[in-house]
Amino acid sequence: MPEFLQFLLSGITVGAVYALVALGFTIIYNASGVVNFAQGEFVMLGGMITVFTYAAGLPLPLAALIAILATAAIGVALNTLAIAPARGAPVVSLIIITIGASILIRGATQLVFDKQLHRFPAFSGDTPIAIGGATILPQSLWVISGAFAIFLLLWLFFTRTLIGRAVLATANNRVAAQLVGINTNFVMTLSFAMSAAIGALAGVLVTPITLTSYNIGLAFALKGFAAAMIGGMGNPKGALVGGLLLGILEAMTAGYISSQYKDATAFIVILVVLFAMPQGLFGSKSTDRV
Amino acid sequence: MLTVEGLRSRYGRIEVLHGIDIEVASGEIVTVVGANGAGKTTLLKCLSGIQPVSAGSILFRGETLTTVPAHARVRRGLAQSPEGRQIFTNLTVEENLRLGAYVFADAKVDTDMQDAFTMFPILKEKRNLAAGGLSGGQQQMLAIARALMARPSCLLLDEPSMGLAPILVAQIFDVVKNMKALDVTVLLVEQNAFGALSIADRGYVMETGHVTLSGPAAELITDERIRAAYLGI
Repeated sequence: MPEFLQFLLSGITVGAVYALVALGFTIIYNASGVVNFAQGEFVMLGGMITVFTYAAGLPLPLAALIAILATAAIGVALNTLAIAPARGAPVVSLIIITIGASILIRGATQLVFDKQLHRFPAFSGDTPIAIGGATILPQSLWVISGAFAIFLLLWLFFTRTLIGRAVLATANNRVAAQLVGINTNFVMTLSFAMSAAIGALAGVLVTPITLTSYNIGLAFALKGFAAAMIGGMGNPKGALVGGLLLGILEAMTAGYISSQYKDATAFIVILVVLFAMPQGLFGSKSTDRV
Repeated sequence: MLTVEGLRSRYGRIEVLHGIDIEVASGEIVTVVGANGAGKTTLLKCLSGIQPVSAGSILFRGETLTTVPAHARVRRGLAQSPEGRQIFTNLTVEENLRLGAYVFADAKVDTDMQDAFTMFPILKEKRNLAAGGLSGGQQQMLAIARALMARPSCLLLDEPSMGLAPILVAQIFDVVKNMKALDVTVLLVEQNAFGALSIADRGYVMETGHVTLSGPAAELITDERIRAAYLGI
């Protein structure tokens, strides 16, 4: 039993990170229909920039804030320089652009920083907390609360604010959004900034546990994508549940079967979900009126 | 209120508007009628800013609109109810109306919404339902109500009668006629020439990207050429 609880706790921790990445996917997908495969690079940038600003002597919270803001700026640049000029291109082309951008960001990070593994200290020390025979790192609690806080903020943003509804309206019908006075270019900029900032936050929270380096982004992008697909692409609730579910399944697979099969779990689950319910767990059936 | 001069527009290399001149005075209902493909919808899209203009000018309340982006034209008092309704299908009726007043954040938004519900009681009944589930006629009402939420001084209406049952067409035209009472100037684009001309003050007839005829609606409606070409009489 303590064994199970231990796997569950580590699964929830990893799952919370996947959920944050999936939430990032959700925002950009909602605003533009594009699956942004550079999402994992935002996680990497969040960690890496914090590492180097912290090493330069800044206090950790300030270093983290700078990393999040810088990553948001890179997200905006990705939209302005690569996605916006290609507007009108098929969505598949836009997705390929994001893959290209992720390779560029990875290469640039390797040049600007280095190829080593890095970490910075955990926010509240490294003494494990005992829960019913299992233990959890204080940093895991930071990760989990971070994911839930972001989910809650996003939910409020989309359901309670006019600008949040404007994002949904832009996703639903771009032309009509312009006709009611919504600046759809601004909505796109905002979506990329928010998405990148959330990815960077995930990187900041998780680096003390998993360490970071220039090439960790791809794995996060694939797992986060899997989480978003399981939950139903475009649905914040689906992103949260899909992320946690995937994290727990991975931890259980690693614990009870073999850690070698851990990474396969995500993709087996994607296949099962797509065969059984192509819309994902929370995805709404898409219907078109003619 | 609205002066269009020498307006040209193209899709790719194909020009579809070859120099349109149109004038709408404050308080008028002006209609543009013509067959499918005449360029009526393109004209409205140019006015609302979602279709690029290649030459000519649009003057609205003394200001040149040609270089103003679409979302900023709404703030200046020009709102469009587009062809095919283009409502936000996955948002509720109420959210659609609220977004219609996107550029405003004052208390008048609520009274405007009450006015919309008074004008279209069915929308009040369905206020919390997804707009995509409404019938065609209800979606059309929502599209008009949403445009009115922007407090326009000039309303651009594109084919509001399209695809509707005759009884609903009459109802929609009644609503358009009542815009005068609300102090809203109307530019109405319609294939239903007879219906549109019978509620309008003046009319323009468009054919393949040109204005071929214009005048008081009462005269156009009795014009032999119009009757033959568009009214099928």
